[in-house]
Amino acid sequence: MKCEICKAQEASVHLTQVMDGEVKKLHMCEDCARKGGINIENPVSISDLLLGLGKEEPVEEAPAAPDRACPVCHLRQADFRKTGRLGCPECYAAFATELAPLLRQMHRRDHHVGRTPGAVPGGVSPAEEAAAVQEALDRAVADERFEEAARLRDRLLALRQRIAAGSPAAPEARP
Amino acid sequence: MNVGDLLRQPHLWACGAGEDGIAASSRVRLARNLRGHAFPDWAGEDENLRVWRTLEPVLRALPSMQGSVSAANEAMTDLDRQILVERHLSSREHARKGRGSGIVLRADERLAVMVNEEDHLRMQSLECGLRLHEVWERMEALDREFEERIACAFSPRLGYLTACPTNVGTGLRASVMLHVPGLVLMEEMAPVVNGIQKLGLAVRGLWGEGTEAVGNMFQISNQMTLGAREEDLVGDLDRLVREVIDHERNARARLMRSRETVVRDHVGRALGILGHAHVLTSNETLSHLSALRLGIELGIVERLDRATVDALLLLTQPAHIQRAAGRPLGPRERDEARARLVRERLGEPPRRRRVRKTKA
Repeated sequence: MKCEICKAQEASVHLTQVMDGEVKKLHMCEDCARKGGINIENPVSISDLLLGLGKEEPVEEAPAAPDRACPVCHLRQADFRKTGRLGCPECYAAFATELAPLLRQMHRRDHHVGRTPGAVPGGVSPAEEAAAVQEALDRAVADERFEEAARLRDRLLALRQRIAAGSPAAPEARP
Repeated sequence: MNVGDLLRQPHLWACGAGEDGIAASSRVRLARNLRGHAFPDWAGEDENLRVWRTLEPVLRALPSMQGSVSAANEAMTDLDRQILVERHLSSREHARKGRGSGIVLRADERLAVMVNEEDHLRMQSLECGLRLHEVWERMEALDREFEERIACAFSPRLGYLTACPTNVGTGLRASVMLHVPGLVLMEEMAPVVNGIQKLGLAVRGLWGEGTEAVGNMFQISNQMTLGAREEDLVGDLDRLVREVIDHERNARARLMRSRETVVRDHVGRALGILGHAHVLTSNETLSHLSALRLGIELGIVERLDRATVDALLLLTQPAHIQRAAGRPLGPRERDEARARLVRERLGEPPRRRRVRKTKA
């Protein structure tokens, strides 16, 4: 099938859209799709396009605010606009003002009413601690601090055993 | 057991059971992220690698994941990763990722966890037929077990925090794969799609986001993830899917009343081509297998069963064809191997010994 826009290349991007009760299909080659602002690597749904996550984002037309960055991961607003993805959990707080209208458009309500995670005893889970120890271990090895690395390795092994043993013996009984 | 061994077992979808086969499979997935870590696309390879090394043993030790296999992306061949995509255990995006990403999945394929796709964890629960509540229960049990061991990024106001704000809140996407040739042949799919979208749900093709519907397969899923309870998201989808199934049944009945010869011809031609062709592309195969599946369900084709067709729907995909051949094949070679496989499985049983002429 040939691209309906340039009528030269083979169509490999297929866009299906419902407008006024009619299904409209557009078959394009990758070049024409890119020119049309469709991100092929991270395809968004049509509704995402309509909600302004695509190239023609209405938020962009708002008075140019200074390009702030997340204090934790340093993702900038421009990065988010480009990919539609945030950098870390803290970005939600850092960009709360910008995200609020977007979330209202995308979702039923602007606050969570579903499941909440059970409390993690002691604040830090063994797995989190293991991750931190692993990081310290990697650094110790890189710096050739081998005595410390051996100590950290033992601690990591103990933590991994605790993680494995922490799993209940049998799956929870279900009615 | 490793990922390659999955090939030797029949796929979950090819269960052959379940109502009338209109709902091919049900799935629920949850997006989760670790507290205090950048999301995979923004984190560097080293951080992703640490997350993978932390999560892999934790996931494998979970009670729900007993008998699981795992593989780091860089330890798999392109073909293996593609096979996981074709079995709907991994996504195209995940298959493209290299070092730092990986997958942990239960050998029966009912539970699978992608690590470092768009989020740190994409956990999915999959089952054939329309079994959303069962699939959700299994998913929730896995989530609970996981949370006892790892702290997830969570905000009391916004719920589970995800890389893309479209998934924030519950992080839940429930979907059902529907085979609706009746609605397509009666040209009634457009209003149905329109109605579903008006209700705030999404309709996509066989391979999810951004893909076209081939083989009359459509995937219906919830779009919103924030502001509703998980059970309600699953329940709403279940009710809607049941309505679409009723429409499909109704369309099939009217089709047989008003255009029986056309339907028989459509099914017969599909069977003829599948049983005798020597070159078959992927899309052509899907569309004829869809017609054949309809023919079986309407009682037009009696000598074959749905499980045979469902197995072929999977085994004729490009990576599966190449795995069966034991080597990479070019497109043309694949089309020939595909046609050979389909002929073997669907061809008329020989009435008498045939003498085949071969070229000297």
